[in-house]
Amino acid sequence: MTTDTAQPGITATGQPVNVQQLTVLGALKANMRDYGLLLALILIMLFFQYFTNGVLFKPVNLTNIILQNSYIIVMALGMLLVIVAGHIDLSVGSVSGFVGALAAMLMVGWRFPPELAFLANPFVAGAICLVVGAAIGAAQGYLIAYHKIPSFIVTLAGMLIFKGLSLAILAGKSVGPFPAEFQLLSAGFIPDVIGPTTLVAASEGVQPVVLHTTTAVIAIAAVVAMVFFAIRGRARRKARGYETEPFSLFVVKNLVIAALVLFFSYMLASYRGLPNVLVVMALLIALFVFITKRMTFGRRIYALGGNLKAAALSGIKTERLTFYVFAIMGALAALAGMIYAARLNSATPKAGQGLELDVIAAVFIGGASALGGVGAVAGAVIGAFILGVMNNGMSIMGINIDLQQMIKGVVLLAAVFFDLYNKNRA
Amino acid sequence: MSETILEMRGITKTFPGVKALSDVNLTVRQGEIHAIVGENGAGKSTLMKVLSGVYPHGSYEGQILFKGEEQHFKSIRDSEHKGIVIIHQELALVPLLSIAENIFLGNEQAKGGVIDWDETRDGARKLLRMVGLAEDPNTLVTNIGVGKQQLVEIAKALSKEVKLLILDEPTASLSEKDSQALLDLLMEFRTQGITSILISHKLNEISRVADRITVIRDGRSIETLNKEEISEDRIITLMVGRSLDDRYPSREPQIGEVVFEVKNWNVFHPQHRDRQVIKDLNISIRKGEVVGIAGLMGSGRTEFAMSVFGRSYGQKISGEVFLHGKKIDPSTVERAVAHGIAYATEDRKTFGLNLIDHIKHNTTIANLKGISKVGVIDDMTEMDVANEYRKKTNIRSSSVYQVTGNLSGGNQQKVVLSKWLFANPDVLILDEPTRGIDVGAKYEIYTIINQLAAQGKAVLVISSEMPELLGITDRVYVMNEGRIVGEMPTSEASQEKIMRAIVRAEGKAS
Repeated sequence: MTTDTAQPGITATGQPVNVQQLTVLGALKANMRDYGLLLALILIMLFFQYFTNGVLFKPVNLTNIILQNSYIIVMALGMLLVIVAGHIDLSVGSVSGFVGALAAMLMVGWRFPPELAFLANPFVAGAICLVVGAAIGAAQGYLIAYHKIPSFIVTLAGMLIFKGLSLAILAGKSVGPFPAEFQLLSAGFIPDVIGPTTLVAASEGVQPVVLHTTTAVIAIAAVVAMVFFAIRGRARRKARGYETEPFSLFVVKNLVIAALVLFFSYMLASYRGLPNVLVVMALLIALFVFITKRMTFGRRIYALGGNLKAAALSGIKTERLTFYVFAIMGALAALAGMIYAARLNSATPKAGQGLELDVIAAVFIGGASALGGVGAVAGAVIGAFILGVMNNGMSIMGINIDLQQMIKGVVLLAAVFFDLYNKNRA
Repeated sequence: MSETILEMRGITKTFPGVKALSDVNLTVRQGEIHAIVGENGAGKSTLMKVLSGVYPHGSYEGQILFKGEEQHFKSIRDSEHKGIVIIHQELALVPLLSIAENIFLGNEQAKGGVIDWDETRDGARKLLRMVGLAEDPNTLVTNIGVGKQQLVEIAKALSKEVKLLILDEPTASLSEKDSQALLDLLMEFRTQGITSILISHKLNEISRVADRITVIRDGRSIETLNKEEISEDRIITLMVGRSLDDRYPSREPQIGEVVFEVKNWNVFHPQHRDRQVIKDLNISIRKGEVVGIAGLMGSGRTEFAMSVFGRSYGQKISGEVFLHGKKIDPSTVERAVAHGIAYATEDRKTFGLNLIDHIKHNTTIANLKGISKVGVIDDMTEMDVANEYRKKTNIRSSSVYQVTGNLSGGNQQKVVLSKWLFANPDVLILDEPTRGIDVGAKYEIYTIINQLAAQGKAVLVISSEMPELLGITDRVYVMNEGRIVGEMPTSEASQEKIMRAIVRAEGKAS
């Protein structure tokens, strides 16, 4: 490196080097997919805000959107890994339904003898459900990874098997209600340990605005942390001459994201605060971003999906990796099943059916490739929200369910078409 | 002498950065068996692709005259329409369809889109009789051996009323008996007036059946010999006749003790349990030494390398591997890499790179431990590594974020090398490291190989280009049909000597 001491991106003679520098336009183009997706979500939200006469952005409705889509997003995280690895999992809907049923039977359905009564404890039952989910995923993963049975077939079989099993253990009936602790998973909000803050007091003709202070504090702390890490990361990259993003774009991007987070947090805070499930979800999203972006485990999944043979010849244990990916998917499907059951406050034989299609659609709208090797956690999450907001908005508008289905189909097709169009042009 | 059926005049074909054919002339007479010989990569297959329309008219310079008329083939269909049929080395049969269905594939015996099965079977039976294959036309292709499959291909060609049959290395994967039968069939065709072009480097076969031979070298037609002029010596000289100029960077070898040894290595074919691909093979490489393995395509060099590298090829593998005198167990790729063995594949697109990912991720994938702690990757270290190796191997790209699928062959090869250099092996096996890349990039790859040797690594180079082996190695093994059939210091080696070792072994085998 001849420019070790000089300012990076500039040669000793002061001439700019265009290798390391990108224009704003160039950087936008390079990240078109990521920004485009976020922009699409914002536009869709504004669209429905207008056509629902402002119902969409009501605090109670935003909270609802999160609660309604939490189980989709949880499963989309696992599905992203599955699809990046070059596979598919059609069983997640049925598995989530089955685990929901199992949770219900453990907690309320089955009468355990006194020495086994601890199994009905919501926390014990929850842990059992997660283990069972992981085991189901592992079993399917074993057949896919080590016996080379196509994942489409294994999980199609799994879908049928677990659909039948839920029916069987519920004996065709709905089982509920759940103990209060378990309901908190979906229906609960974090406690306001600080106490409410009144922004606008109730008076004649004015709606009061009372903020959930703990939520506000957490949101502000999260934004500060996010900005701090963004600036530190940029400074580090810059110090080594690796920074390629123009400063203006960096500022705008972070401002937009911070504003969005603060805006939605404000909305949530003015209702009942952060839902418990959002906390779980946010932690999981952060974990999966970390896994895919920073961990060798994640990197290997991308290598596996991008070129299986090359990955194997680079010393990656492709079979074991595939096995783990499906086990993780199973555990997440179990968690989603419990969130779903807790939300309905009962397990029904039909729970979870067809969810796999929403989950897969979310991941593909989020830019993952059906051939494997490409996809991002953020994309999958935004994809899930795009679907969720559309569901919510169209329902409020009173659009028939048949038309809703068609519109969602067109959106999925359009998103993937846009992707391929972009790729072919590049 | 009979009339000319095919004349190719001044054919020149350029790929980005490489001139594959330059001013090639070929004249084939009606009813003869015309052999085309040349080293791997000399341009034989390219010439045949020009002829058959794989490279359409306009993508090359020169003229093709067939039966006296100039032809402008736009696709294989055009050339087949005129009766020119090419049978590739890799057979183009659909394994799970029957023999009859394969013969008439794309040329179905049908009326208005409805297949006439009686006509199909009768037609197939007639054609099978012509090629001397006694099989039921309803048999699935997957259930017959390679030799018979070859005959099905020929029957398929006959169904298209072939005037000129081109066979690309037809006997490469056939047993001795099947090869004989095939060659007899060609001679039979000759009496029926069907002209054949035979691409082969089995010189004994050629001298048996060919009427004339055209030698191709470095994308040029060198000479056409008549039957009475054919001798192995003559052909070898023509095939390899060129001098080693300064296409190879010089180096001072510093050779130390034996680092890597493979003893009594035996490997069987992954599908055919009884076919032994590698037979009692022994090799050794010293510290700082560059050792070459010469041999023809199909001699088992790649199969050997991959079977050593984590048993990535074959079954029933037996033998011992020693590193620094200690016996090691390289039975998985991970173990092999951990012991310090690296294998850079001959097929970088299929086995070497994740083509949809960028240079940075491809560089570090074989040694993620080197850029991570407890499973967490350090971004900055990874950037440093990627940039360091991009610079070391001189990869030409806008940045390490360029997707490898968009790089040229030479730069892709450098990414593959970077990946293995970063894994920091003691033993580096390079399989066809310069295949399909231009002269300039080749020189850079040779320079990297020299540096590796200078650092004390043991380097094994598998190459089909003999001048390359002579230019960069210290010692050469010659391999044929899964055996080492010769070993010589490069200082005493010559292309003639290597060819002779191969031909001698072929002679013994037949």
